[in-house]
Amino acid sequence: MKKNESYEEFLKGIWRDNPVFAQVLGMCPMLAVTNSAVNAIAMGMATMFVLVGSSFLVSTFRNVIPKQVRISCFIIIIATFVTIADYTLLALVPGVHKELGAFIPLIVANCLILGRQEAFASRYPTKLAVMDALGMACGFLVALFSLGAVREILGDGALFGVKLFGDSFEPWVIMILPPGGFLTLGVILLFFNWFKYKKDEFLDDVARAERSGADG
Amino acid sequence: MTDKEPRLLLFHAPLLRQDMTTPRTMRDVIVALLPATAAAVWYFGLGAVLVLAASILGAAVAEWLFAPRASRGASLRDGSGLLTGLLLGLTLPPGLPMWMAFLGGFVSICLGKVIWGGLGHNLFNPALLGRAFLLATFPIAMTTWPVITPGEFGVQAGNLALPFMQAGADGVSGATPLGLFKFEQQVTPLAELAFGKIGGSIGETSGALLLLGGVYLWIRRDLDWRIPVSILATVALFSLVLVLFDAERFPAPLFSIFSGGLLLGAIYMATDPVTSPVTPKGAWIFGIGVGVLVMLIRVFGGLPEGVMYAILLMNAATPLIDRYTQPRVFGHEAESS
Repeated sequence: MKKNESYEEFLKGIWRDNPVFAQVLGMCPMLAVTNSAVNAIAMGMATMFVLVGSSFLVSTFRNVIPKQVRISCFIIIIATFVTIADYTLLALVPGVHKELGAFIPLIVANCLILGRQEAFASRYPTKLAVMDALGMACGFLVALFSLGAVREILGDGALFGVKLFGDSFEPWVIMILPPGGFLTLGVILLFFNWFKYKKDEFLDDVARAERSGADG
Repeated sequence: MTDKEPRLLLFHAPLLRQDMTTPRTMRDVIVALLPATAAAVWYFGLGAVLVLAASILGAAVAEWLFAPRASRGASLRDGSGLLTGLLLGLTLPPGLPMWMAFLGGFVSICLGKVIWGGLGHNLFNPALLGRAFLLATFPIAMTTWPVITPGEFGVQAGNLALPFMQAGADGVSGATPLGLFKFEQQVTPLAELAFGKIGGSIGETSGALLLLGGVYLWIRRDLDWRIPVSILATVALFSLVLVLFDAERFPAPLFSIFSGGLLLGAIYMATDPVTSPVTPKGAWIFGIGVGVLVMLIRVFGGLPEGVMYAILLMNAATPLIDRYTQPRVFGHEAESS
């Protein structure tokens, strides 16, 4: 039972409550740094580190943090991890760090992270909070990567810097520019919602068939 | 309605019928564009036909794919999608690869029409939105103008580029009158502007034939004459004032009107009934706004041509204009302002 529950918390972040596709949170890094797959993954990993770390601490200290000043406490904890992530990226991958620029410090203001602290980590035991943070961060990473991959393939004809279509590929300049981020995200959201709609419709059909089967 | 005999008539709602239907309007606009299109084919060769066909096909495919299954045929038959494809094609350079034109037509319908809720719900002119997308996506291909070859029905090398591949080096490339004026201070003679012996987009070659189509539409009551008249008058006035300051630096009024896509935009795109104001006063404001923006972008902006952005910006202002120019309802007091 216990194991199932934490597994459930992990899974919900990846698909059903995906922070980007279902909750539409964290739009700022989502649109700003996804012009290549590498940037997207670096951003996703940094966010994952910060989210899991701060969820762990917040959940551990949830009974000590006074209710009145909880937001400032969350922010201090998040900022600590963001600083660690910032310097780690600077030391390990300076090139990516330079491209991500101001968006690494801005992880502090990522509403996805603060949202999880307020809505989940500060209310649930540590183990569940960490699983929830891991799931949410994975969902965020998947979303960032899918956006970054689409934008890099169309905008540069490459994935992870490897040319896919040869030299005469005509790059779609718009995909590297900000409008490309909005367009791609819009189209992905469209497909996500369409899929959910179809699934609900299918489940309704199944339920109706079962009910009429039971009646008849 | 003159029938005096008392009879029981059973009809549902539209009781007064006119032949003013969407398909008729769309057909009229297409007919009005035919002379200019034919002139373009004469000047640019079969490459222009390929670009137009690809963009119309792209629009039609998108219409068909995204229509609800029940009305799949209807959305194609009313001709609005085809007209969007044709208008988009006319704003493209004749040497554009066909796959880009196809993509443009597809995006026009998807982003310009379908996601807003279909015909009549879109905020922006779909054809211009498609062009804006193409210009941002393929800036080089969209500003490469082939040299005109009157009477030779050849195909441009770029037209046949494989999907997703570059157009390849074309060797010779021409320039548009506006580009020549802006970057090389060269004025193109008015006769060439009016009859189309100029480089540029497919549809903007022949100003006189575009005007002819506009007159046809006006006679058929398919367009609000206030919009093109106010746009052209504003542009003429604006450039007259500029010329009075410095005749060397600024374009003459007639040059402003006949160069670039102004006539195409003013007559066929700004007048799109969906994306322009419905009130007469609003139409004047809309037209003046487009005219001022066109001149601001052309003269003071970094781009040689600004008709597309001018119309798209005023499209965005259209709901506001409509709201503030509602006529007073009969019997109501005038609103104190």
